[in-house]
Amino acid sequence: MSFEVVTPHSLDEALDALASGENLVPLAGATDLMVCLEAGTLGPCSFLNLQELPQLRPTLSMNGSLTLGALTTYRDVRVSPIREQFPMLAWAAREVGALAIQSRGTWAGNIANASPAADGVPALMAHDAEIDLSSKKERRRVPLAKFYRGYKEMDRRPDEIITAIHLPLPQPGWAGYYRKVGTRRFQAISKTLLAGRILLDADRKVGDIRMVFASVAPYTLRAAQTEAMLRGRHLTPEVIEEAARAIQDEIHPIDDIRSTETYRRRVTSNLVRDFLSGQHPNGPL
Amino acid sequence: MMRVSFTVNGRTYEVAAQPMKRLLDVLREDLALTGVKEGCGEGECGACTAIMDGLLVLTCLVPICQVEGKHITTIEGLAASGHLHKVQQAFLEKGGSQCGICTPGMILSAAYYLDHPDETRDIREALAGNQCRCTGYTKIFESIKAASS
Amino acid sequence: MTFQTIGKSLRRKEGILKVTGQSVYADDIRLENCLYGKTIRSTVPHGHIKEIHFKDGIPWDEFTIVLPSDIPGRNAVTLIDAQQPFLAEREIRHVAEPVALIAHPDKHLVEKARHHIQVDVEDLPAVLTMEEALERNNIFKSYLVQNGDPSEKWREADVIVEETYRTGAQEHLYIEPQAMIAKAVTGESVTVWGSMQCPYYVQKALAPLFGLSPENVRIVQTETGGGFGGKEEYPNMIAGHAALLSWKSGGLPVKMIYDRREDMWATTKRHPSKIRIKAGFKRDGTLLALDIDLVLDGGAYPTLSAVVLSRATLHVWGPYRCASTRVLGRVVMTNSVPYGAFRGFGAPQAIYAIEMHMNRAALELGIDPAEIRRRNFLRQGDRMPTGQVIKEEIDLEMMMDRALELSGYHQKRADFEEFNSQGKTQRKGIGLSVFFHGSGFTGSGEVRLASELSMALTAQGGVEIFAANVEYGQGTNTVLTQIAAEACSIDPELVRIHQPDTSAVPNSGPTVASRTTMIVGKLVERAALELRKRLKDPADFENAARQYMAEHGELRITVQYETSNDVYWDDEAYRGDAYAGYAWSCNVAEVEVDAVEYMARATNFVSVVECGRVINPVLAAGQIEGGIAQGIGFALYENVVLEQGAMKNNQYTNYIVPTSADTPDIHVEFIEFPHSNPGPYQAKGIGEMPIDGPAPALGSAVAHALGGRFINELPLLPERIMHALESS
Repeated sequence: MSFEVVTPHSLDEALDALASGENLVPLAGATDLMVCLEAGTLGPCSFLNLQELPQLRPTLSMNGSLTLGALTTYRDVRVSPIREQFPMLAWAAREVGALAIQSRGTWAGNIANASPAADGVPALMAHDAEIDLSSKKERRRVPLAKFYRGYKEMDRRPDEIITAIHLPLPQPGWAGYYRKVGTRRFQAISKTLLAGRILLDADRKVGDIRMVFASVAPYTLRAAQTEAMLRGRHLTPEVIEEAARAIQDEIHPIDDIRSTETYRRRVTSNLVRDFLSGQHPNGPL
Repeated sequence: MMRVSFTVNGRTYEVAAQPMKRLLDVLREDLALTGVKEGCGEGECGACTAIMDGLLVLTCLVPICQVEGKHITTIEGLAASGHLHKVQQAFLEKGGSQCGICTPGMILSAAYYLDHPDETRDIREALAGNQCRCTGYTKIFESIKAASS
Repeated sequence: MTFQTIGKSLRRKEGILKVTGQSVYADDIRLENCLYGKTIRSTVPHGHIKEIHFKDGIPWDEFTIVLPSDIPGRNAVTLIDAQQPFLAEREIRHVAEPVALIAHPDKHLVEKARHHIQVDVEDLPAVLTMEEALERNNIFKSYLVQNGDPSEKWREADVIVEETYRTGAQEHLYIEPQAMIAKAVTGESVTVWGSMQCPYYVQKALAPLFGLSPENVRIVQTETGGGFGGKEEYPNMIAGHAALLSWKSGGLPVKMIYDRREDMWATTKRHPSKIRIKAGFKRDGTLLALDIDLVLDGGAYPTLSAVVLSRATLHVWGPYRCASTRVLGRVVMTNSVPYGAFRGFGAPQAIYAIEMHMNRAALELGIDPAEIRRRNFLRQGDRMPTGQVIKEEIDLEMMMDRALELSGYHQKRADFEEFNSQGKTQRKGIGLSVFFHGSGFTGSGEVRLASELSMALTAQGGVEIFAANVEYGQGTNTVLTQIAAEACSIDPELVRIHQPDTSAVPNSGPTVASRTTMIVGKLVERAALELRKRLKDPADFENAARQYMAEHGELRITVQYETSNDVYWDDEAYRGDAYAGYAWSCNVAEVEVDAVEYMARATNFVSVVECGRVINPVLAAGQIEGGIAQGIGFALYENVVLEQGAMKNNQYTNYIVPTSADTPDIHVEFIEFPHSNPGPYQAKGIGEMPIDGPAPALGSAVAHALGGRFINELPLLPERIMHALESS
């Protein structure tokens, strides 16, 4: 099976191609798609090579909010000054594969590939990221937290591609936590993962909170109910235990080749406890 | 089929290939540069590592349609006009290579680490993408330490 | 004693090629007009083949196809026996069993064609557990070693400790997959080049396959990217397949390179084990009696199981004195992908069990794990249960004490217990193992092998070594060079090693069993000394050699293995001197167990090794460090998930081996007991020993971290650690 590739040189050209009705798969860093290609799991399709589009060039611009161009790679974030204000993005990027993956893999690709084990998506979602979806018809902005509907089911039409990712600047006082539980230290697919952000006042009252999990649901999961339960509460050991129990009602982990439902449930609650009791697993940037 | 033009180890090539052909296969089959190895075909083992436009890449995951105009360095290009790179020299002296199959990728990653020591927290993180089944990594760390002094 | 090259860390002989990417592995060889071969395999564990359908959509007339009926000679892989077919004819005995072969010049079309073949099988019930196999008496082999009678000793014991230990399969994961190139002259001869440890095993397997005499089967080893035992016997199968395709095609070259998934799914792995130990102790820790029931899963065909069982049986009592020992070893047949050679060869499983058991007993007796060993260590003059007398001046206490000192064991043990009592989310532990590994083939194996090695003068005034032993990273080329250089008294640059090629080198035996340095190295030494003698013991070998060749022409001699008179093994009674030499080692491992993830990681590792004279310190340390890393994988990470007896997680991404970030600092120190072993310059084998000790040291360290909670199963996955903590 030979796969054809279309390489547009402008965004308009790309969107025209997508509107044509052909089954075109957008190709960015290719680190996920090439694995599928080699494994023979892709049906007949053609690819839309995005690497020559200047509008998607990796840019990390701060203008009241952070905008990542769609071709921004994990490495781009790790070496960019923006990591001072968005350390969690650098922590997440560090956990992706290894260096030679980080130089090619893109944040937008991570979103569009929609693996429930995605490493980048939880960090973006914990920052209330919004994505621009562009087609010939329109450009629309969708909150990442509302983007996924089911396993590999997302709010993206076949004629759309992600063209940018926007993150609001974090307000002062927020603390971040990112912990990936894998089979080994690097080069691992997560068994569970928590990207958490919390705004605590001097009395340890929860002003606001975000808790986003990977690998415990068919898609990246924002634990809205557990967040709601915690907002406005004082973080006592009893409240932390309540949260560690409450999360069990929101997650749907399974037994698979890497781990068990029991392990994922237990460790997810442990991550909640770890996060809420103020642990900082991430170290310096 | 498409024609792609790029440089490898300072020399320019033009190759006709299916657009999704892996850079790994183009290097090995079309250019007879067999230093990049296929250990897994899924970007996990690092044996196919090369440097493209100054960054480490896994050539088994790069389709040739994205290589137009790029500058690639493979293990064959590391030794400059007959002189071994300091990392190659160190691997020889300190036993950093045993069966040799991971060695090309490992040496490139090690050379990259010495040029960019601040991109990772430590040497273990820098090499985590290059698996070695023979050495237990100890002599690889010793080789790199020797090369950096 | 001062040497010229022995004891020096000469650079790896083929090192320049390796660091410049110029080494030629099988898949690097470009061939004109070659075919790419693929194997069609069963997807059920047991059944009868009804029919093979070649479906539409593929130009089958362009393909070379081999079915059992195309086999010119005998459809059986000759190894210890000849029970395993190259292609299943009627009965399928395991998932992934080869059924047919196809080849075509277009490698992508072959891959596509593979999915257009359907094998209809009438399913039969499959036996997939050791327990069921034992119930049905499906036993490939058993050994009984008895010394005294433990059953009379239990009532004398103050404490009896009984436990069962389990280990799973382990995948070699050599980074170069199985690879062969074959070219036949149909009706006449076969030549194979490829990745392998034993060229003569391949020749022995292929000759009857084609009905050829061995001289017409030429096997050449190409640069091999890792073996670890995975390329000891499996190459017979893939070489036979590639050669069959070439033969059928009328003599076209055939390349057969497994992709990683097929390699992991269909090839051999370490034998899973279930070992029950009952041990009786006096209150002061003296070991009175051992009763051990050792079971290995051999998979669907015997392959090397009898010898793996033998080694496991002969290592399971550990380095201890025990007058009453009974070991029943059995290897069973299940409908799993056949298990085979893997570094250690039964010893890692056995040593895991006995060393965990000693640490467990220490806990129950309230004695430090180092002390319980001190009380029971073998000494010179003691006997092993097979009757073998320890002739070497061993001092295991000194060796252990050095490891304890290097690791700061006692202080750390106390410090970790203090740390663990503080209720943090990390727990720390330290654990110990002491073990031995016999060099060379068991018992009379080396006598039966009757290895031969040749050496010839070269025009440069040096020597060339002709041996069948291969380099696959362990340092064969360099070590044999150093021995030859020392014995001849010449510069190592003047020593050449001929490529292992059955048409050019004699059969010096397989590259396995930690025998290359001790057995083959000794042949090198003797051959070199013989050449010196022929040149009348010259002061300047180089000149004398050149002069000799100018006057007389070539000089090439062959030497053959000689057993020493005081090594005697009785195969029938299974008693005597099991191995001509033993290497000894003590491991101290430290772990950290994280209570959030239940994950154990190795944080430090010390190994003190006694292997006689160290020929090349850098290469030797490299072997120890690499073996330890594989042992860490065996203990903590590497889990072969079996489904229907075959590896389900057959993807690099899903089989977890330690990366650089998971491997701790490893500190290796060599000591030498006063010498008395038959190796060259009193060198012994070390290739396998380092993988024997890490698992029990780590398993005991985890138990220490968990406050004395022993988990008796490998690998120590976080899921298992969590389960153990929850049920306590």
